[in-house]
Amino acid sequence: MMSHAFWVMATGSLVAASCGFIGCFLLLRRMTMLGDAISHAVLPGIVVAFLVSNSLEGMTMLIGATIVGLLTSFLIQTLHTGGVQSDAAIGITFTSLFAIGVVLVSMYASDIHLDVQHVLYGEIAYVPWEVATLAGIEMPRAVWMMGGVFVLSLLVVGLLYKEIKLSSFDPQMAAAIGIPVLLIHYILMALVSMNTVAAFESVGAILVVAMIVVPGATAYLYTDRLHLMLGCSIVLGVLSAVGGYNLAAYFDVSISGAMVTVSGALFFLSFLFSPRYGVASRYFTQRALRKEHQKES
Amino acid sequence: MEFLLTLLFDPNTRWVVTGCMLLGISSGVLGSFALLRKHSLVGDAVAHAALPGICLAYMLYGEKSIGLFMVGATASGLLGTLCISLISKYSRIKPDASLGIVLSVFFGFGTVLLTRIAQTGKANQSGLDAFLFGKAASLVQADIEVMMGVAAFLIIVSFLLFKEFKLLCFDPGFGRGIGFPMGFLGTVLMLMIVLTVVIGLQAVGVVLMAAMLIIPPVAARYWTERLHRMVIISGVFGAASGIVGTLLSGFTPQLPTGPVIVLSAFLLFIVSLFFAPRKGLVAKALHTAKLRRRVAVQNILQSLYDLTEHTTASGIRTDGWGFSEEEIYHLRPQGSRQARRVLSYLKKRGWVQMLEDNQGNKRWALTDRGADEAYAITLNERLYEMILMYPSRFGSVKLEQEGDRIQDCVSPDILQELKLLLTKHNHPVLLPQVKYGADLSYTECHQAVTSRGGDA
Repeated sequence: MMSHAFWVMATGSLVAASCGFIGCFLLLRRMTMLGDAISHAVLPGIVVAFLVSNSLEGMTMLIGATIVGLLTSFLIQTLHTGGVQSDAAIGITFTSLFAIGVVLVSMYASDIHLDVQHVLYGEIAYVPWEVATLAGIEMPRAVWMMGGVFVLSLLVVGLLYKEIKLSSFDPQMAAAIGIPVLLIHYILMALVSMNTVAAFESVGAILVVAMIVVPGATAYLYTDRLHLMLGCSIVLGVLSAVGGYNLAAYFDVSISGAMVTVSGALFFLSFLFSPRYGVASRYFTQRALRKEHQKES
Repeated sequence: MEFLLTLLFDPNTRWVVTGCMLLGISSGVLGSFALLRKHSLVGDAVAHAALPGICLAYMLYGEKSIGLFMVGATASGLLGTLCISLISKYSRIKPDASLGIVLSVFFGFGTVLLTRIAQTGKANQSGLDAFLFGKAASLVQADIEVMMGVAAFLIIVSFLLFKEFKLLCFDPGFGRGIGFPMGFLGTVLMLMIVLTVVIGLQAVGVVLMAAMLIIPPVAARYWTERLHRMVIISGVFGAASGIVGTLLSGFTPQLPTGPVIVLSAFLLFIVSLFFAPRKGLVAKALHTAKLRRRVAVQNILQSLYDLTEHTTASGIRTDGWGFSEEEIYHLRPQGSRQARRVLSYLKKRGWVQMLEDNQGNKRWALTDRGADEAYAITLNERLYEMILMYPSRFGSVKLEQEGDRIQDCVSPDILQELKLLLTKHNHPVLLPQVKYGADLSYTECHQAVTSRGGDA
């Protein structure tokens, strides 16, 4: 049997890799805040699914929260077309849904094993205790679930790679050659919701935003190629998960918080020192250019 | 009810409620400016980013102190906004993504510090938990005094700088042109937003404070088009949700205050969304239905007029003859149920009459009164076509608000010219009324009608 630490790191890596992977597309489509909104807004879906099925596992949860996630993006779209500017539409929808979720959690706190702390930063340290056996392999339940969602995301994106790529970079062109842009949008939103829900148990509803946004944004500072960016964000996600676990073990603090902190630090370092888009490297390139220019003149 | 009264007469509750009310006003007022500057979500980032500052202040000082908390929260909130603008300025990351990064990373670091504080064994950590989802009950008198002081200050400053902020929201370029320091004003507004967020943290919580800046202004936006009214309404909405939320969460101790305040604000938003005059969904639906009905009435009258005109021009007298429903719908297709409703409405008004032919089929014809009305509508329509046909000649003709007919609002010269064009274009000859018959020329008919005042 593998150790506790291994499984925590494995779960964290899966969460960060899967969320970072799907987050790349949100970043490129400039819909980061929509991801933020969905990750907050699935909370009532999770709570209701929890009340129905009385556990944090399984399809009920995934389906319930996916529906709420899609509903969120639909509501935001509707408010936006109804004349509310888009950032305000996002703000109204997710804060209200999240508030409903928190009220539900507080009201049924005795019936469900969910508390407000859990909602905020998850309980990744407890993940290895709850195992599930599938096809003769015994693994923590969260690993099964997160792994399943990751594989699903990879499959969907792999199958629709060209379509998603085109509709992310040039939606008009995509629409013109007959790609169902709106359908692709909702497929991505469904994937984001599933990732959020699967990650909820480990990292809670708010820190998952970091998992979605930060690795993708960091990868974006390194490369201009989509497939490289996707790979890079997965690697960065795993790095921050492993680094975060060790940091948390050393200082005895929240594991998920430490994972986010490490990914933030990685972003900060890349922001400064990325070879192509970093602040420092651009400064040096510019200085070299200036010197060359002076020499010439 | 009795409980509510005792709650209201409890001095501590009164303090808390007053504090939350002032908080609601200031966040509603400043949120309006933030909304118009499209900075709504910045409040969210500031609120999340304030968490590590609060924790650091606690770690440094060792116990709960509202002053230090505010300093810490303001500092890290400002650092957060600074990071957002630096990241989007000095890298290829777009503003929305840098908002997401700052919000989540600061919050993540905040949770690390929070758990660190919990781990170090200082049991009195409850003061910090209140910052997550808000706990109005945890406010002590000193907190509320600071809160009220800052909120009152913010309200007064936004009142004094109202004109400048208005300029900042609507036309910063013009403001710069006439010599206002727009960059500085923007910074002042941002600082004020950060301060609002900071004083709200303990009552509403880090996670949901943004809602107080977003929901009341958007709800207020439905009720008015004027900034000063919007700011006032938004302040009132903020105050109302603050009061209701605090009282409701006072009833049920396990309920955190923040979500309840947010849900009260959301309720106000829903009410505004549906029932606001003019911009609300109900008012819009009513307006559309009314418009649709008016167009249907006009269509039927016009079709009847066209048919009458056509048959009369071909020399068939139509008195006592009428037209079948199919003929009428065929000219301007519309749903037959609505058309039938309109026909019976017109009949009730005495504008059309129902006749029966030998086979007992329904036939419809205009009455004299209806013909007058139909003539006016048709004339308006055809004059409008002329205006559209000669945009260079009539481009300057101002068509007044809906409901005014062209023949009533243009000058007599232009009307004369339009009518000349109408005859020149061999447009179906305008016949004012059936009873003048086909033997009259257009001009004669027209004179006959105008002298009778049939245009009205």
